[in-house]
Amino acid sequence: MSNSVELPIAKAINAGIQKAMSRNDKVLVFGEDVAELGGVFRVTEGLLAEFGSKRVFNSPIAESGIVGTAIGLAMRGYRSVAEIQFDGFVYPAFNQIVSQLAKITNRSEGHLSMPVVIRIPYGGGIGAVEHHSESPEAYFAHTPGLRVISPSNSNDAYWMIQQAIESNDPVIFFEPKRRYWQKGMVNLDSPPSTMHDAAVLREGSQLTLVSYGPMIPTALQAAEVAASEGISIEVIDLRSMSPIDFPTIINSVKKTGRLVIASEASTSFSVSAEVAAKVAELAFYHLEAPVLRVGSFDVPYPPAKLEELFLPDADRILEAVDRSLSY
Amino acid sequence: MLSPEGIFEVPAEYAEYGKYIERLNLDDFLKFYRDMARIRRFDNECTALQRQGQMGLWVQALGQEAAQIGSGYGVGPNDHMFPSYREHGVAITHGIDLMSIIKIMRGVNHGGWNPEETRFHLYAIVLATQVLHATGYAMGVNFDGLVGTGNPDVDQAVITYFGDGATAEGDVSEALLFAATTKAPLVFFCQNNQWAISSPVSSQTVVPLYLRGEGFGVPGIQVDGNDVLACYAVTAKHMDDARNGLGPSLIEALTYRVGAHTTSDDPTKYRPADELEYWQARDPLLRFEKFLRRQGVGDDFFEEVAKAGDELAEQIRAETFAMQNPPLENIFRHVYSDPHPMVAEQQAWLEGYEASFEEGEPS
Ligand SMILES: Cc1ncc(C[n+]2csc(CCOP(=O)(O)OP(=O)(O)O)c2C)c(N)n1
Repeated sequence: MSNSVELPIAKAINAGIQKAMSRNDKVLVFGEDVAELGGVFRVTEGLLAEFGSKRVFNSPIAESGIVGTAIGLAMRGYRSVAEIQFDGFVYPAFNQIVSQLAKITNRSEGHLSMPVVIRIPYGGGIGAVEHHSESPEAYFAHTPGLRVISPSNSNDAYWMIQQAIESNDPVIFFEPKRRYWQKGMVNLDSPPSTMHDAAVLREGSQLTLVSYGPMIPTALQAAEVAASEGISIEVIDLRSMSPIDFPTIINSVKKTGRLVIASEASTSFSVSAEVAAKVAELAFYHLEAPVLRVGSFDVPYPPAKLEELFLPDADRILEAVDRSLSY
Repeated sequence: MLSPEGIFEVPAEYAEYGKYIERLNLDDFLKFYRDMARIRRFDNECTALQRQGQMGLWVQALGQEAAQIGSGYGVGPNDHMFPSYREHGVAITHGIDLMSIIKIMRGVNHGGWNPEETRFHLYAIVLATQVLHATGYAMGVNFDGLVGTGNPDVDQAVITYFGDGATAEGDVSEALLFAATTKAPLVFFCQNNQWAISSPVSSQTVVPLYLRGEGFGVPGIQVDGNDVLACYAVTAKHMDDARNGLGPSLIEALTYRVGAHTTSDDPTKYRPADELEYWQARDPLLRFEKFLRRQGVGDDFFEEVAKAGDELAEQIRAETFAMQNPPLENIFRHVYSDPHPMVAEQQAWLEGYEASFEEGEPS
């Protein structure tokens, strides 16, 4: 009998961090408003009370400083879990992430490792003002030296944050903010897999639908609708955008012969683009139709009153499914 | 502390710094001079090697020897240093092999030394990034409880080096703020060499740089960066203060970049010749030589230093000419600390690709 509880994603991340902090006193949590308030999404709630202000503290509002000092702390043997308040505010830290955090292990020929987790609530759908709804994962996935992951459910959230904190490499941990309150069962005894394995969430035979993060419920909904019309879709949750678990995807495509990739990010030059290129290379003779991508348009994220139409929904995914099947 | 004529005098208001010089003896002075001469010779030899195609680039520290050797010796045996890319002088005061610096500029590796062991961290090429790393490191020293314990054998502090140009980067301001709010045991050491490539310091700041920290709560002091004794005393004192829990401070060392920014630069396009003359009259080695001669140090010593320089030059040339290129597989090493499937896959591909040529060759 496994020990499990029902938690929303935000609480599951919180419980995972709590677990990691009690296991290892080198784990620190800091960022803007993470201490007394528990972060603007309350993901770090209660940690200050339990672990004290030496391990959980508010930083100045300076993102480059947050990541730059996390790097120095890593050199000193600390494992920082740094919060960037919103996706659109990570860019002041971009230099420290891309030119420093990602490269220091390599620059130092392995003398220094960089166990830093950068948590970023990402994606749209919450009716926010500009800069609070972005999906910047491709910038980081494109950067050698980083690991980029995103849980889509509570069990993954609980385990993947712990695995990220245990990693000796920097991990950009994207949290699907519009799903923070989505509840799910968490198995407290054992992790589902490593943080870089993709997961087959639903088996199917006619088409593979790959997605990740906040789009997963949408992808599952599309598969459900398709099933009611007699179309069998296999849904894969990438979980990790860098590295990508290609064997799981290729195995599925070899079986189904068709692939649709759905994500919230702008479509061009995206994680979806990488999946499409690799599948074309590794499963060319198995494909019955061109690989299709469903994503956002290549325009800035729109004002909130337009986001519902802007973000891909189940219908847009099903439109691509139809195109693939009728090819 | 040292006049251009080499006369040593500590103004009354700086008596607390003077104490640090009183603790030194003649051997220390000779060591300072030897190292300044050594780094100058190294610099000139490397410039020549670059001209001969042995290095892609050389970054001279010419003129900044006093700031670097003086402050380097002011850093204690538990302290950590976070340099930019011109701190060859600081490097030798803490045992960094000069050949490692040549390797960086030649393109063999990024330094290769172990920063945790040497306490001298790797060169930072993206301006000011290292200032934040130093701050985080110093915050960690605080968390470890190794500040102000009252036991000088365990207390630690951190020093970070950056230029006048780098102060314009936001990272320096963010670091001053983080250091102040966390009371980090950190000394910000700014070598104001008057130029950032072709931009004079007046284009980076209108207020003297030693005042930059005040608004953040980081007190500053300006020091004659061409006076090795003053640079030593100021650094040693401020590192002591940091170790004792008095928090961060900022030192601005006024010096001059006598050479070009790098061997790719041509300073005749942007700076007046008389400025160079002014600073050459304040040359840190000449001034310290005058001081030493006043102490009774004679020609023998200076001849011995010159001879050691010739030997160093010969050794550097021989070792540079003999330097091997790194193996290509190095590019896949240490990209991550933990195994990574994509890197492993690309490495395997490259090995197969290279092997395919070997098979095709007649045996
Ligand atoms: C972020 C960044 N921008 C630009 C450069 C290019 N660059 C290299 S050195 C330099 C001037 C730096 O001047 P200063 O900080 O005064 O140091 P100095 O080189 O004089 O020692 C510039 C602009 C860089 N290395 N990093």
